[in-house]
Amino acid sequence: MTTTSPPPPRLRIDGLGVAFGGLTVLDGVSFTVGDGETVALIGPNGAGKTTVFNAVCGLVRPRAGSVRIGGAPAPASATRMLAAGVSRTLQGLGLFERMTVLENVLVPLSGERGGAAAADRARAVLDRLGLARAADRPAGALPYPERKRVALARALVTEPALLLLDEPAGGLGDADIAALAAVIGEIASSGCSVLLVEHHVDFVMDVADRVVVLDFGRVIACGTPGEVRGDAAVEAAYLGLGAAS
Amino acid sequence: MSTLTVERLTTGYGDGAPVVDGLDLEVPDGAVVALLGANGAGKTTLLRALTGTVPTRGGRVLLDGADLTGLRTEERVRRGLALVPEGRGVVVELTVEENLRLGGLWRHREPALRAAVAEMYELFEPLAHRRDAPGHTLSGGERRMLALAGALVSRPDVLLLDEPSLGLAPLVVARLLGVLRDTAARTGLTVLLAEQNVTGALSIADRGVVLSLGAIVADRPARELAADPALRHAYLGF
Repeated sequence: MTTTSPPPPRLRIDGLGVAFGGLTVLDGVSFTVGDGETVALIGPNGAGKTTVFNAVCGLVRPRAGSVRIGGAPAPASATRMLAAGVSRTLQGLGLFERMTVLENVLVPLSGERGGAAAADRARAVLDRLGLARAADRPAGALPYPERKRVALARALVTEPALLLLDEPAGGLGDADIAALAAVIGEIASSGCSVLLVEHHVDFVMDVADRVVVLDFGRVIACGTPGEVRGDAAVEAAYLGLGAAS
Repeated sequence: MSTLTVERLTTGYGDGAPVVDGLDLEVPDGAVVALLGANGAGKTTLLRALTGTVPTRGGRVLLDGADLTGLRTEERVRRGLALVPEGRGVVVELTVEENLRLGGLWRHREPALRAAVAEMYELFEPLAHRRDAPGHTLSGGERRMLALAGALVSRPDVLLLDEPSLGLAPLVVARLLGVLRDTAARTGLTVLLAEQNVTGALSIADRGVVLSLGAIVADRPARELAADPALRHAYLGF
């Protein structure tokens, strides 16, 4: 008789420890992100949030613990990130400002660059994010909210199974944040798992299924947005009394 | 400490259309004015023109009645103007402590400099834990904190801030806004604060000025803008 074990979660982080020289950045961090689930990683500045992203992408080597993506070990180097089904955006966007929007979005498809199929796929993503008319403009000429959407399009064009978003709402006004929340909802409902780092608390509470809170490299709380918002330790370390977004 | 006056200011990039066009604005001594508006409205360009990093095509910038318009950026800083640009302003090869001391170099001598730096460690606690760490080892949010602290260390007369809350944890944003409000009340620091965090900015501001396509479309007491949903909707879209 055989038993069927449940499929592994899209992302499983177990006892992750990372140190830079003598500085411990992450210490025993564990959490999961399921298929189609949106998980927000929040916490004070310097808590280690971006370092978690870097460990998932293979940019930093953990000194303890493991990162598994769909049951397989995380990429050992960042060059294997796309093959592992992972895409990410950066806090600083990292767009090639003099290249067109379309060219930026084609960068991760470099093996297929120039091919009609790649261009079609890139244009479809641009269309989905309301950027079709900007496709042939230099990325640097666009207003900030549109540049952020170009960065998102570049991450989506590889059709990732796991999407990492670093401060997607940062610097956006309320109307753009509402539109972004809708886009993330669509991405998640298509089955893609989303892990996001964000300081805009109302946005996090709106889009996240679960919230993981880091402080000094350790998980201090994990739960639904409502549970985390009411947590005294989270309030003391991160939110502050009566804090607005 | 100082009143900042902007008279019919026009500025832009290269040969392009003006980004800010014939703008008049006064930020009185000790006032906190929130500069609001959609992305692309011209907030950053206005702040750059005030510090002289974008050339002025027409109009004047005055500090306590003295014309700054033809002056280089460093001379404007000597006269008490400081800008914290969006997401930049840290020398990554230097430590946190060295960056802070650098911020106060032109405006302080010991022991005032040491006291000003110590005050920043109280305000931005994460920096106190990292005082000997080089800038390149800081997280994105810590770098933004350091840039802000570096500007505050110089104890400017007029502080121009471009989206200081970007990338900062809510607790730090609340503390920063509180310090800006208290410093303005206590020392007469004049503050012009460009923000997407409208609620936060209006909570400490005396006035809210709304920019659209490079022109001021509303200039109201902050309390009115914060409390009146119709006004907010008309000018800020929510």
